[in-house]
Amino acid sequence: MSFRRSLLGATLLASMFATPSLAENTFNFAFQGTLKSLDPYSLNETFSLGTLGNVYEGLTARDENLQIIPGLAESWEVISPTQWRFHLRKGVKFHNGNDFTAADVVFSADRVRSEGSDLKTRIPADAKFVAVDDHTVDVMLSSPNPILHYEWDSWVIIDKEWAEANDSVRVTSASDQSATTISLQSNGTGPFKITSHNGGVNTTFESNTDWWNAANKQYNIDKVEFATVSSDPTRVAALLSGDMDLVYPVPVQDINRVDSNATTTTLIGPELRTIFLGMDQMRDELLYSNVKGKNPFKDVRVRKAFYQAIDIEAIKSKVMRNLSEPAALLISPFMFANADQFSRPAYDPDASKALLAEAGYPDGFEVGMDCPNDRYVNDEAICQAVASMLARVGVKVNLNAQPKAQYFGKVLASNGFDTSFYLLGWTPGSFDSWNILANIVGCRDEAGNGGMFNLGGYCNKEVDALAAQVLEENDPVKRLDLITQAYRITDDEVSHIPLHQQGLAWGVSEDVDVAQRADNVLMFYHVNKKQ
Amino acid sequence: MLAFIIRRLVQSVVVMLVVSLIAFVMFRFIGDPVDQMVGLETTVQERELLRQQLGLNDPLPLQFWHFVSKAAQGDLGISYQFKRPVADLIGSRLPATLELSFVSALFALLMGIPMGVYTALNRESLLSKLFLTISLIGISLPTFLIGILLIFVFSVYLQWLPSFGRGKVVDIGWWSTGFLTVSGLKALILPSITLGLFQMTLIMRLVRSEMMEVLRTDFIKFARARGLTNRAVNFGHALKNTMIPVITITGLQMGAIIAFAIITETVFQWPGMGLLFLQAVQNVDIPIMAAYLLLIALLFVIINLIVDLLYVMVDPRIRIEGAEA
Repeated sequence: MSFRRSLLGATLLASMFATPSLAENTFNFAFQGTLKSLDPYSLNETFSLGTLGNVYEGLTARDENLQIIPGLAESWEVISPTQWRFHLRKGVKFHNGNDFTAADVVFSADRVRSEGSDLKTRIPADAKFVAVDDHTVDVMLSSPNPILHYEWDSWVIIDKEWAEANDSVRVTSASDQSATTISLQSNGTGPFKITSHNGGVNTTFESNTDWWNAANKQYNIDKVEFATVSSDPTRVAALLSGDMDLVYPVPVQDINRVDSNATTTTLIGPELRTIFLGMDQMRDELLYSNVKGKNPFKDVRVRKAFYQAIDIEAIKSKVMRNLSEPAALLISPFMFANADQFSRPAYDPDASKALLAEAGYPDGFEVGMDCPNDRYVNDEAICQAVASMLARVGVKVNLNAQPKAQYFGKVLASNGFDTSFYLLGWTPGSFDSWNILANIVGCRDEAGNGGMFNLGGYCNKEVDALAAQVLEENDPVKRLDLITQAYRITDDEVSHIPLHQQGLAWGVSEDVDVAQRADNVLMFYHVNKKQ
Repeated sequence: MLAFIIRRLVQSVVVMLVVSLIAFVMFRFIGDPVDQMVGLETTVQERELLRQQLGLNDPLPLQFWHFVSKAAQGDLGISYQFKRPVADLIGSRLPATLELSFVSALFALLMGIPMGVYTALNRESLLSKLFLTISLIGISLPTFLIGILLIFVFSVYLQWLPSFGRGKVVDIGWWSTGFLTVSGLKALILPSITLGLFQMTLIMRLVRSEMMEVLRTDFIKFARARGLTNRAVNFGHALKNTMIPVITITGLQMGAIIAFAIITETVFQWPGMGLLFLQAVQNVDIPIMAAYLLLIALLFVIINLIVDLLYVMVDPRIRIEGAEA
């Protein structure tokens, strides 16, 4: 008994003395989603990779305007179209004290392409990594690839020695039946270390004073406390009450509330993700329609009629409360230099009706629409608005809005693209058009080989041929021209109906200065607490 | 007696099997777990391989058999999201839920009984009417709304209490407790009130009606005739006799508190089992869902078993019937 009591006393004492010193600057933030595995190759998802990007670093990095800047590689050069040379930074150490060398890069390149990795697309499967010396790595390609390093900021380098010593060579894959060390602990080169991780609840980061770039650091926080707060009102309340320094996302209907509070404000900006509508153009008869024996969406006039029937400005002002940027393309203008050459057809219900009549549907038709209700900003409300706008031109939309797990379970390849008309959002991970041309508009077969997220199965061989050229063209001017040609075709044929780029909204305390990246990634080295 | 217990135990096993079977059939309709486990760019072939490795392509009866035979050996599987054994995850979240439920039940009893006694004794007073109004709110407002209201009053406007989470916790062995730190205790207040309000109302109304009933009986009249003080009559005799149904209800409601903690835990981001379950539903984490449903079923089965056993002790007629079987 007395032993137990003294044990309890000791625990109490320990907890009292464990309180951090006052000089520490702690930054608290909350996000709606969770940080699951700490293995940076387990899940290709923005929040996980972005957050782990504070702990691990890639050869390249992206600055606050998303421009590519040197990371663990000081510089690189394209020796020939199929040979790239990366000069690694010297004097970089992992958190455990090991030196960062070319061997780690070669190891990480193999690991990221190994069984179970969700980031295999970061590096072409047949690219060879050769360590020339301790701080030089050559990459040998089988075909030219101008965007080789575009996603390398989120392909981070892992310490070979540490991984081998800790049973972490294999990637903690989605089907794993046991956890590897790397999924529970971290050992990167970055400005922050993870000191405690409670999956699905909270994670604590501490500043790495031995960071290679510590001399030029722009931040003044020593400790970061991250908590998942999934309920919207609770997350906003946590900011308003001062429990949190930053929360995101802030629901659009709460932006005014956060702004009108004296000590908080919202940071808003356009996001990179484009929200669009897609139509089944592959089946000979739609799964969900009263039109039998033929597929109205195979007719470009019907697709154009749908496009013109949508009043995007009304969606912007009524549904999105002005927090959206109407789009004319499937890619954000931020990532495509010729975006200004494209514009949406004017909203014109009469022209739309005329087109439908011309196509043989003077009285419109019925079609089922699939929509997620918890994936994108106000997704269900957008679908409802689209349904009522289409009703004006005689098309009756039967809306089926579901939570994302059920929605994606229904419409994706795994369920045979079970949809006739759907809403989807897409951000090209590489910030480059090729991703869109391959995934969203590229031809696919019935199993989903090819354009895997081309749910409607739009197909134009010419676009595919252009995409293949885009992939290998090294000359930026020619490349841009090829991309523009491809978009010209998809725009003319209304492969999809672009809606808008939704807005980002972060709720921030007045005490904090932070840079908001358009890809919705929070880098702790962009955070400053006002003294 | 022994035969009765054995028969009830067999029935309990059947109940658990049925619950897990229903759960398994439902899992077919909540989406594809693989889509939640990998990023968007993962190819069809890799997804198919994953599905194969996870045994999701097996026929439903086979999947069910695998689950039941493993669960019977105490192996609840590995969470799809966290890659950790489900038993560990539930174990690490259990203290949060139990502490919250315990404090809520305590709150419901300590507030409900005195309020019930007061309103029974002073039926016409203003305070009684206030208590009854509060109890009406407690019964009619949904839990999440009460939670949000409390957050906005006590954490946003007054800034007295934290809006979410458990505060600082202290680990004692595998049990993490919020009882030993100031922030942990403060964090308990709002969620406990939210979760316990309904039970408090229930207990208050129960005590009030039982008390009014008992006060009309002959033995109370005799007690008064003997010249006992009001205090002795009301608390020594009347209240004691109203407590029997209250204890039964409280026992039964304890299971409900733990099971219904889901909503409160979501509103307050309370890291307990309910929140774990809800996140599992959103991410189609089948092993967690199956284990949680099984655990809740087990909880109700145990509570009912105890209640049944108590009845046997109290009521000899059940015992005789049981012996014949």
